Amino acid sequence: MATALCTFVVHVEDRPGVLDRVASLFRRRAFNIDSLNVGRTHEPGVSRMTIVAAADRDTALRITANLRKLVNVLDVQEITDKPSVTRTLALLKIDVAPERRAEAMQLAEVFRARVVDVSPSALMLEITGTQDKIDGLVSVLRPFGITEMVQTGVVAMTRGADGTALRDANPTPGGDVPAA
Amino acid sequence: MPHQRPPHRDRRGETLTGAEIIWESLAQEGVDIVFGYPGGAIMPAYDALVGAPVRHVLVRHEQGAAHMADGYARASGRVGVAVATSGPGATNLVTGIATAMLDSIPIVCITGQVTSTLIGTDAFQETDITGVTLPITKHNYLVTRVEDIAPTIKEAFYVARSGRPGPVVVDITKDAQQAKTVFAWDDAPVKMRGYRPDHSPGPASIDEAVRLIDGAQRPMVLAGHGIVAAGAEDELRQIVEKADLPVALTLLGLGGFPASHPQSLGMMGMHGEAWVNTAIQEADLLVALGMRFDDRVTGHLDNYARGAKKIHVELDPAEINKVVKVDVPLVGDVREILRALIPRVSQRQRTAWRAHIDELKGHSAVRDIQTLPDEGRLHAAHVIHDLWRLTGGNALVVTDVGQHQMWEAQYYRHDHPRKLVTSGGLGTMGFALPAAIGARFAMPDEEVWVVVGDGGFQMTACELSTIAQEGVKIHVAIINNGFLGMVRQWQEFFYGGRYVATPMKSPDFVKLAEAHGLEGLRVRQRSEIEGAVAHARAAVGTVVIDFRVEQEDSVYPMVAAGSPLGEMIRRPAQGRKHNPIYETGEDEE
Repeated sequence: MATALCTFVVHVEDRPGVLDRVASLFRRRAFNIDSLNVGRTHEPGVSRMTIVAAADRDTALRITANLRKLVNVLDVQEITDKPSVTRTLALLKIDVAPERRAEAMQLAEVFRARVVDVSPSALMLEITGTQDKIDGLVSVLRPFGITEMVQTGVVAMTRGADGTALRDANPTPGGDVPAA
Repeated sequence: MPHQRPPHRDRRGETLTGAEIIWESLAQEGVDIVFGYPGGAIMPAYDALVGAPVRHVLVRHEQGAAHMADGYARASGRVGVAVATSGPGATNLVTGIATAMLDSIPIVCITGQVTSTLIGTDAFQETDITGVTLPITKHNYLVTRVEDIAPTIKEAFYVARSGRPGPVVVDITKDAQQAKTVFAWDDAPVKMRGYRPDHSPGPASIDEAVRLIDGAQRPMVLAGHGIVAAGAEDELRQIVEKADLPVALTLLGLGGFPASHPQSLGMMGMHGEAWVNTAIQEADLLVALGMRFDDRVTGHLDNYARGAKKIHVELDPAEINKVVKVDVPLVGDVREILRALIPRVSQRQRTAWRAHIDELKGHSAVRDIQTLPDEGRLHAAHVIHDLWRLTGGNALVVTDVGQHQMWEAQYYRHDHPRKLVTSGGLGTMGFALPAAIGARFAMPDEEVWVVVGDGGFQMTACELSTIAQEGVKIHVAIINNGFLGMVRQWQEFFYGGRYVATPMKSPDFVKLAEAHGLEGLRVRQRSEIEGAVAHARAAVGTVVIDFRVEQEDSVYPMVAAGSPLGEMIRRPAQGRKHNPIYETGEDEE
């Protein structure tokens, strides 16, 4: 069965140790995390994770089933095949002399990256988008000399009204059945 | 041994210390006995035991406390409770917690923790036990505020026993035990936003399952621990009798279906009956009920029951397609699902399939070792068989891990559930003696027999002191072959007969029993078994019997790890003077 990157939207209780429980589950079951992002939601006490993992179809179903067993996990939805918006945010610092700054900014413009800090010999750019887009920017800026880079994990949300909001009717065992 | 529970006065509304609230909360959960060991960070709780509505059994090592709670739970179906202090007390529980986790046993472990302001400072006896036990508990809690103790204990019991049961750790800081608050206990059912175990069957594949069962020519039921956990023994019997389905059992499933029932074929897997494993490989349908296709029951996966469609009835969706790909998953409570299936499957007689399995069994009567001559030498199988015969098959048997465990599974025929307590998934040596103490407290009217090897016995033999102090009456049968027998067997079969670190010198077990104020007996001949067993049963206290069995006997048949299930190592028919037990008619010839 083919392995592909699968995306999971996981709502969790905002409590100490929850990230540890989720990460530990992936480690213990030998599931591979590609990226994990966690942050608060509009609802107090509820955090939302976006987890991207390399998995075949069976493994993806077992990831969902195992996450649902965690007591602090409120809801798990796999959105790999659903139309969705996925975004990563990256900050890049390039080592650029004033005479080449305009050229760098032009390239950044093509990628809709924003300049967020300028100093005599450095430029910091912020870019939001898919990993492909970020990788594209990195490749064109590399000749300038990238001195630092940081990026978040993927955050994702499905398109349309039928979204990835927290569903409160997600029983722990039972319910959805992972099929072969 | 049966103890009087002090009359319980409901102390809701009173201002109590956290320590008192621990015991009051346990009493509210119906707990009347806990197994534990005191220490610094749990001392407030121990001090509050004076006058508490709970009996405490002092163990000799915290591992014993966890196994006692586990044995208590396995024998009774109720939640068992272990108590320990922080640091080493808590880490000593770890093997027992992992044992309960792999076999889905509901226990709650209460541990003391250093004062909350000291957490993270490497304080004396500080261990991050919620971190340590995270992967081996169903859930765990760190409680730092006195107001959280009662609701957390209530939630812990609910999590431990509901859904797929499992161990839960509640780690309570010393300052939370010392602080005071008004004791409140909510009688309403627990509601948790992220945990709502649903026992109702999932999206129906019932139609498809009925179609497969009705259409099968060579079906097999594989029944596991889930049958016992769900209390589905009657439903299993009904569907098996109606649809004429032969039943194979996992180790933890033994007793879930009567061994004496004509449809019962016996245990499957690495040391299962040869005809069971062969029949599974030849089946055209496997109906797996409350079992998880452990590697010890499947053998090599690529070759496992290749011609069979598979129906998997299982409470935990994470078990579906985990190791064996199934055609029809039915997620939910196995009893509910069987109740849905029973009226719908057709009444059938599968005469040809039954006749074929009978043929596979061959002269299975030769397995009945009663028919073998008694040539004086003592075999573990003799001991187990005689124990079965002399106890009428009605004892509650607690086994350890190793050869004796497999011989017990093969030769003690369990007709009733919860009469075999054994560590299946984790395979924890040292389990039997403490687990039997817990089982005995849970079921004071049962005759409890420990069947244990000389190796495993020594891992937790310190609990003999607990037995003596608490006046526990159990029977201990040490199957003493002077080796770590199962490892020795693997060395004989797979490691060129190099017996590295398996020959084992043991203390004089008779004297050891006597040193603890218990009685000890030694048995060297088969003819002595009956008298020793009768003596032990009649004795007032615990009797330890040292059965000196054949040293280099092996468990047959055996599917080597990683081999196809149908490929079994059989007992050599000739040239092994010390093996008068045969597996099949074929071997006898």
